[in-house]
Amino acid sequence: MPEAEFTSYYGRPILKAPVWKWDIAAYLFTGGLAAGSSLLAAGGQLTGRPALRSAGRVTSLAAVTASTVFLIRDLGRPARFHHMLRVAKPTSPMSVGTWILSAFGPAAGVAAVAEGAAWLPERGLSGLARRVLPPVGHAAGLAAAVTAPALATYTGVLLADTAVPSWHEAYPDLPVIFAGSALASGAGVGLIAAPVAQAGPARRMAVAGAALELYGSHRVETRLGLLSEPYRTGSAGRLLRAGRALTALGVAGALLGRRSRTLSALSGAALLGASVATRFGIFHGGVASARDPKYTVVPQRERLQRRRAAEG
Amino acid sequence: MLPDPHSLSGPLDPAPEAGWTDAPPRMGFFTDTSVCIGCKACEVACKEWNDVPGSGLDLLGMSYDNTGALTANSWRHVAFVEQSRPAGHPAGVAGAGPQFLGMPGAQPPGRAGGAQGRTDFRWLMMSDVCKHCTHAACLDVCPTGSLFRTEFGTVVVQEDICNGCGYCISACPYGVIDQREGDGRAWKCTLCYDRIGAGKTPACAQACPTESIQYGPLDELRERAAARVATLHERGVGEARLYGHDPGDGVGGDGAFFLLLDEPEVYGLPPDPVVTTRDLPKMWKRAGLAALAMAAAAVAAFVGGSS
Ligand code: SF4
Ligand code: SF4
Repeated sequence: MPEAEFTSYYGRPILKAPVWKWDIAAYLFTGGLAAGSSLLAAGGQLTGRPALRSAGRVTSLAAVTASTVFLIRDLGRPARFHHMLRVAKPTSPMSVGTWILSAFGPAAGVAAVAEGAAWLPERGLSGLARRVLPPVGHAAGLAAAVTAPALATYTGVLLADTAVPSWHEAYPDLPVIFAGSALASGAGVGLIAAPVAQAGPARRMAVAGAALELYGSHRVETRLGLLSEPYRTGSAGRLLRAGRALTALGVAGALLGRRSRTLSALSGAALLGASVATRFGIFHGGVASARDPKYTVVPQRERLQRRRAAEG
Repeated sequence: MLPDPHSLSGPLDPAPEAGWTDAPPRMGFFTDTSVCIGCKACEVACKEWNDVPGSGLDLLGMSYDNTGALTANSWRHVAFVEQSRPAGHPAGVAGAGPQFLGMPGAQPPGRAGGAQGRTDFRWLMMSDVCKHCTHAACLDVCPTGSLFRTEFGTVVVQEDICNGCGYCISACPYGVIDQREGDGRAWKCTLCYDRIGAGKTPACAQACPTESIQYGPLDELRERAAARVATLHERGVGEARLYGHDPGDGVGGDGAFFLLLDEPEVYGLPPDPVVTTRDLPKMWKRAGLAALAMAAAAVAAFVGGSS
């Protein structure tokens, strides 16, 4: 692509680059992981695959806890995190996300705690808990799974609903990438934790997740004209390429490793790594597009010219 | 439920839209850069009145601009652009871009070195500020309700509510609102909410010695601005144009708009800003589709195989 001609004020950025630190990129991963593994857990629960169920539930609780920590840590005033609960605003994806997390988190928590029922003594009060917990965990696990797709995809809107050029213009694709990445990371947990006899659904989930993730990433890297450039160059480009390579390895391992526990586990780890790389790649691509005035001025100039040409 | 799509873009009166009954007329700024002399009285008056912390001494090498940009600690920013223009400067040489002519120096450019070295040049100065957008992305995305619309149609952060999530900062299409270091919260121009509530003029407009910054009811300012552009055009200043005055633009028009003498990007302004939430209904729809695809894939993974 030829160097775009444009004017700026001493080469300074027009936009303020996001002040979000790496915690938010990490949250994109953990939030997706929580969603993907709760779907895996619910599937395991409904089809009698206890290994998928318990690994999914425990991972989901760990990931949603990490998510909350990342989100609060990133605030300028962490002690005021509860101010998010003052309002519910559909025009603020962050507000919507807060409420999605508030519904998902407790459900995932109860489902994971219920996994401990088998370790309780059979007599007395704990014996009662031992009988009551599993059905409560079932209901909570299903509630978490119903909320999970919203948790995995709202983050695409969270990034797109900004003035950051390469995030905003990618709005049709970001939720697709994040849905795929969440499925693939949830599948990764299943491949690592479950014996091969139970891991069939995780393999199929890995393929579907990888397909969505690769399709979406390909679109943001090629469809946006000048605004695709930040996703192909610099650290974002390296991260997205690494993500693609790991996804390919993970899917290959998942398909070839039907009889090998080791190969399955390795492919699961590759899928988790791919999800981390993709999330950080998308995050950094957007930040790079806000830092360079070229990505603000040139597309807006072109838009103006098109409009003036249409007006005659 | 998303609000009526009309309220996310297009022309409207923001205070009644935000639920104010009997709202006073919408108030704003008209900043006429053609009379700005770059004295920075506005920057200083704003800091004084609003008790904005100093930003330290920083020599940027950008003409007389050592402020650099609007930040959490600079709510007015005077931009200085040096441009050399061919002698006889035909009207309408615009978009030439800034060029560093060595200001500040001991003498005006071209004075030293005899007649050969002389060039025609012009100096553009502009006092930038928060635009108090009709459709303010910062306000739309704020998850705490800290940012709100005042009865005057302006946009203000409530410092006791902001938790420093930073969403507004990524959402503003003009790069105005910013996080204060060591404080963590978001800060920007309030259009002197305390002063205008008491019937006074904002500190910057009060201090401006050339009336480059004018404060008043937005309708009146728009009329005055249109007349000023017409006068300048008559006098042969063909490059004079308004910026942010049009209620039909991507943010529904600015509460603080400008008269510029070159393309907006020369001053560090976006040429065609659009409020990001205009596309929000389409974004939620895409997210909904992706969520359905995700749920369907999970179901298929469990029911659609033999192992
Ligand atoms: S210019 Fe930026 S900070 Fe000011 S009202 Fe508009 S969106 Fe908000
Ligand atoms: S940083 Fe403060 S004002 Fe800005 S969106 Fe977050 S809570 Fe609202």
